[in-house]
Amino acid sequence: MRLAIKLAWRNLIGAGLRTWLNVIVLSFSFVIIIWMKGIMTGWDHQAKTDMTNWEIGGGQIWHAEYDPYDPMTLNDAHGPVPEALAQGVESGALMPVLIVQGTIYPEGRMVPVAVRGVDPGQTILQLPAHRLDTVTDAIPALIGTQMAHTTRLKAGDRMILRWRDIHGTFDAREMEIVEIFSCTVPTADAGQIYIPLETLREMTLLNGETTLFTFRNEDTAVTVPEGWTLKTKKELTRQVDELIQTKSAGQSVLFGVLLLLAMLAIFDTQVLSIFRRQKEIGTYIALGYTRGEVVGLFTVEGSMHAVMAAMLATAYGLPFLLWQAKEGWTMPLDTSQFGMAIAQTLYPVYTVGLVISTILIVLMTTAIVSYWPSRRIARMNPTEALRGRLQ
Amino acid sequence: MENHVLIRIDGLVKRFPMGQGEFTALRDISLTIGRGEFTGLVGPSGSGKTTLLNIVGSLDVPTEGAVVVDGRSVGRLSTREAAQLRKERLGFIFQSYNLLAVHTVYENVEFPLLLLKIPAEERRRMVMDALEWVGLVPKVKSKPPQLSGGECQRVAIARAMVKKPSLVLADEPTANLDAANSHHILQTMEKLNRELGTTFLFATHDDKVISYLRRKIYLLDGRVDKDEIIVVSKTESL
Repeated sequence: MRLAIKLAWRNLIGAGLRTWLNVIVLSFSFVIIIWMKGIMTGWDHQAKTDMTNWEIGGGQIWHAEYDPYDPMTLNDAHGPVPEALAQGVESGALMPVLIVQGTIYPEGRMVPVAVRGVDPGQTILQLPAHRLDTVTDAIPALIGTQMAHTTRLKAGDRMILRWRDIHGTFDAREMEIVEIFSCTVPTADAGQIYIPLETLREMTLLNGETTLFTFRNEDTAVTVPEGWTLKTKKELTRQVDELIQTKSAGQSVLFGVLLLLAMLAIFDTQVLSIFRRQKEIGTYIALGYTRGEVVGLFTVEGSMHAVMAAMLATAYGLPFLLWQAKEGWTMPLDTSQFGMAIAQTLYPVYTVGLVISTILIVLMTTAIVSYWPSRRIARMNPTEALRGRLQ
Repeated sequence: MENHVLIRIDGLVKRFPMGQGEFTALRDISLTIGRGEFTGLVGPSGSGKTTLLNIVGSLDVPTEGAVVVDGRSVGRLSTREAAQLRKERLGFIFQSYNLLAVHTVYENVEFPLLLLKIPAEERRRMVMDALEWVGLVPKVKSKPPQLSGGECQRVAIARAMVKKPSLVLADEPTANLDAANSHHILQTMEKLNRELGTTFLFATHDDKVISYLRRKIYLLDGRVDKDEIIVVSKTESL
């Protein structure tokens, strides 16, 4: 094997430009695959971190009736803070959130919203809830940039908020946007208005009631009371995983095309080598190689393109990948309109597994592509090969 | 006596498939070639010289009969055993040199020793010795495309001789060389035959080569037509 590697190295270096063209193409595949997969991992990481920071914390406990995809459930999705969770709320380990349906009327337009009551003193989410302590004669409210964009609202704007209390009676008050926050989680932004929890409880006559609790830490041990459902962080971020999986499947097609191009170049080189180097093949056999060993030599030679490509990719790809990990990739389009938890700038995350699996996939594919045409050597007649006669 | 015999050919027949039928290249050849001989298979094109050389070189197998080279029956060897025989005991010199173009002169000569897994230090010494025999030490770093035809063939001789094989098979070694280079090559081979005792078996129809041979086996239409041993006097050989 060492001899085959030594000879293959000499042959590849001796082949000059032909080798380097293949190696350059293959090294692009390495760098692009690792970079794109890194972007996906980075996005996954960012989406989950942002969801944790802006919406789900370390997991949630939902009222049994609560279904975020059905606003009609909000009428009944609330209940008093259970005894078992009161201590957690008291200590700040749990944050209660009350959610009710409402309608706002910015500039006379009617916009249905989910009104979320949060504690202005909460520190579990990054939401600037402390701004809800602003002294104003209207209800202080926070909205996200996406909501501000769709409703054309800005900080300081006032509008009417209408809601129904526990008895179904409509009521309305003036509300003032005290701050517009920027977050990448659409479910924490689009169609959401944040007001002080106690204000919302008073408005709806739902004193002491809540729709869900958000954990500060993932590993907080709680007994889930009857009528409430535990939603772990993993469950709540499952959608992100599914989205990333779907995107990754699409990406795999691109990787396939990239690899196919590189493999075609190597396959062509191998076929050409066997066609042009018949005398050399005959000579190897005359000097004491078996045909099987010559097949091995040519396979190693083809496979070494991948090794050289990995080295070249390290030389120029490593600085590029590190630079990208530091500076990130800023998408040319406004990602707030994408409807998914995606930041404007994505920072690729490269794992050891990603790098090793990419190298292994490219190496194995190259080995197979190199071996495929080399099998022809096993059927060659050495005496004909020595004369360079085509077989 | 048997120990003195390097090649024993007995009733050798070689047929090749041709269209629906067969073409007989060698017909009932029986020969013995002793160690240290400087022998040639002489004959026109199509007489079976190269076919016989290939069978002796274990690159091909007999259809009928037996060919024993250095104690091994060529027809009964497995692919691996035949490769082993070529690797350890045989050296080849070809008409078109068959050097590895991307390798240097040193690497070309080193190749058979790499196959034999000879340690680096010893390998280096053997390669330099072989290059010295053929007078190519100054060209050690050159690659075949940078050499003349004569120099290429000298590299091929060094490659064939470097492992000091029992037998060197040379197929039309001077066919691509001018007269001066041919004589130079042949003198080199004759010297190595004399000094190292290596057996040389040529396939040729070149008069220059024939004039150096000490035994001429004439082939015609796949048969031995004449087997002529040249007696060399002591003074002539010196």
